[in-house]
Amino acid sequence: MDALLHFLPQVWFVILALFLFLYVMLDGFDLGVGILSLTSSDEERRSILMTSLGNIWDANETWLVLMGGALFGAFPLAYGTILSALYIPIFMMIFGLIFRAVAFEFREHSNRKFLWNFAFGAGSFIAALGQGFALGSVIEGIAVDQSGHFIGSTWDWLDWRSLLVALTLIQGYVLIGSTYLILKTEGELQKTHFRTAKLAAITTFIGAILITIATPIVYEAARTRLFSPPLVYIFAVIPVLGVLLVGLLLRSLNREEENTPLIWTILIFLLTFIGLGLIVFPYIIPNQITIYQAAASPSALVFMLTFIGVLIPIMLFYNIYNYVVFRGKVVSDAYGE
Amino acid sequence: MQFLTDTVVLSRIQFALTAIFHMLWPVLTTGMAIYLVIVEGLWLKTRNPDYYRHARFWSKLYVLNFGIGVASGLPMEFQFGTNWAPFSEAVGDFFGSILGFEGAMAFMLEAGFLGIMLFGWGRVHPAIHYLATIMVAFGANLSTFWILVANSWLQTPSGGEMVNGKFIVSDYFQAISNPFMVKSVSHMFFATLETSLFVIGGISAWYILNNRHQEFFARSLKIVLAAAVAVTPLQIYIGHLSAEQVAHYQPTKLAAMEAKWETSPAGQPADWSLLALPDEAGQKNKWEITIPNGLGYILEFKKNLSEPVRGLKEWAPSDRPRMVGLIYYSFRIMSGIGFFLAGLMLWSLLQWLLGNLSPEKIGQQKWLLRTWIFAAPLGYIAVESGWIVRCVGRQPWAMYGQIRTADAASHIPAGNVLTSLTLFAVVYSILFVSTLYFGSRIIRHGPNLELPVPGLDDQPAMETEPATFIPDQRPAEAQQ
Repeated sequence: MDALLHFLPQVWFVILALFLFLYVMLDGFDLGVGILSLTSSDEERRSILMTSLGNIWDANETWLVLMGGALFGAFPLAYGTILSALYIPIFMMIFGLIFRAVAFEFREHSNRKFLWNFAFGAGSFIAALGQGFALGSVIEGIAVDQSGHFIGSTWDWLDWRSLLVALTLIQGYVLIGSTYLILKTEGELQKTHFRTAKLAAITTFIGAILITIATPIVYEAARTRLFSPPLVYIFAVIPVLGVLLVGLLLRSLNREEENTPLIWTILIFLLTFIGLGLIVFPYIIPNQITIYQAAASPSALVFMLTFIGVLIPIMLFYNIYNYVVFRGKVVSDAYGE
Repeated sequence: MQFLTDTVVLSRIQFALTAIFHMLWPVLTTGMAIYLVIVEGLWLKTRNPDYYRHARFWSKLYVLNFGIGVASGLPMEFQFGTNWAPFSEAVGDFFGSILGFEGAMAFMLEAGFLGIMLFGWGRVHPAIHYLATIMVAFGANLSTFWILVANSWLQTPSGGEMVNGKFIVSDYFQAISNPFMVKSVSHMFFATLETSLFVIGGISAWYILNNRHQEFFARSLKIVLAAAVAVTPLQIYIGHLSAEQVAHYQPTKLAAMEAKWETSPAGQPADWSLLALPDEAGQKNKWEITIPNGLGYILEFKKNLSEPVRGLKEWAPSDRPRMVGLIYYSFRIMSGIGFFLAGLMLWSLLQWLLGNLSPEKIGQQKWLLRTWIFAAPLGYIAVESGWIVRCVGRQPWAMYGQIRTADAASHIPAGNVLTSLTLFAVVYSILFVSTLYFGSRIIRHGPNLELPVPGLDDQPAMETEPATFIPDQRPAEAQQ
């Protein structure tokens, strides 16, 4: 029983990490393309950008809904505490996503396209900013009392560290959006995104380096964990792999390869996630609440596992199928007809 | 303006506001998804291109509403954490799991196949496309199921008990099949269907009345009418069953629905109030029009009550819902609309049987068509009123009898909630107006009747063996 009490929360920690990773990667396409659309010069380009997302943005966003529901069910305490502590960044994200989503529907029918273009771009940007602040301040830790309830103040989430994380995340989204567009477009449009991808790769890399340096310096708890074996070996490997992957990415961009930049970018995201997961584990609110303290009762975790766990491969299957059906280049708005 | 500094009140207003707005979109898409399955199935069966064009035309309205539904629904899930953290912690084991199921089973299914349904016509085999349409409809209705499971469980908590402020579930299946579940799920399922039917019917009637594509839209009107024959009376019956279960499990809500202050004992008849002006301070109705001995007939189809119907005064004011007038009139509006729509169905059915709905004659049924147009928004109003009865009526409880709403709210500054509430009010109003504007634009633009039909003929016919000639017995409008 004792083993089970540890095992189930760990399983759910991994499932949540998977959902979050899928969300960040997949909605990263949408958010990245959205942010990039702010710099698009003409209407036809923006049409192609939005068309490349028309059939997927909704399923991509659903991973966030799924993650929210799973966090609520598996770690109710963390769900309540984190969301009420991050009231402002969470609502930034929500309103950003609302603007992003409605832009898809309204732009198509509107004569004043600039309004909805702006909603699409700015919405994506605000959503990414909110997510970055939220991520940054969760890593920093949230002020809670002994029973795990939030006791900090409204603006706790805002400081230079969470701003750094937010800006880096935005760069990361721009990177993955650019590499997605390299895959989905051709000609002049594709060329533009080789350039944006290269720029974003460099800025993301700089951000990642700053965060990697700042984290152990600022947080003592992270420092003690990071620099004691066996984690120290893993954490020695991750930056090395990261540098290697960024190098491969830049090389594929220089060679103007079409498919590989997206693959390297996804691997960079994955590596970052593994690193983050290892820093955070076994906490769900770092250095305050462990996954064991926040977990729902074992029966609830089993109940959810039987209903959601078995569906994960099925969801992955039909989501992949969706990408397969719509593979290939986007040439105009008539793509879906 | 004391409520402006009260986090609990502001959080309640915010939840109510977002829920009321959000409801407008999925209520149409869940029902309309079933209609899309029907027309696409008719197309595959009859190969009549009109049905294909129906599928394409209505899916334009579908996706508009779907997108806004997704956008407006996202805050609903996150609000439980941001604004109702103590509640989330107490009920997360079950309630959170169910929201997770909705995401994994229902919402993802709908979203995962929507792309193929909308843009995949030329990219996949018609059978796969039809499967995608069915999955979208199935996913949408599965959403209704899980959301109503979750809400019903808050109305009639079961399958466990409160231990140290946390609801510990001992039997999850008992929690799912809580006393309210079956009837509430059915009531909402038919509500979405009925609302969409009358929206589709109303829009079709508008075209016919304006002499646009009369034959084309006579088809959709008849599909709607055929479905309404079953749906409208069933919904009234399920509504009645729902009221019975409220009487049994939530007597305070029933008393508010009927603005009943004094208890009526068992074994005797009681008056039923048709219209009243409830006075909460005075704990009475200022004036009232009653139907003598009506309550027994309404609750049990007989004169004498077999169980007492308790009045609001039996509970301390802190244990019973406030805003009695709102609950009382919302209930009357909802049931009134239910009967009105059933009446409209009967009138239209009669005209159909008399042969007055044929494409040549239907344009002359001006008043019937006008009534259908008038009826288009009524389903929405009924659904909203019903949810007001359901959720305002269960106050002061967030979880009936277990967790008070006042104890369920997050301890956050009222200013935060006021800011997000104001933003929601502005943004959702824009969404509402924009949906109406762009929706009416799609409608005014009309269907594309020249739309090429994807190559069904390229596919091998379903039956390859030579068959004996069977005369086409389908109704004339289904034949090509």
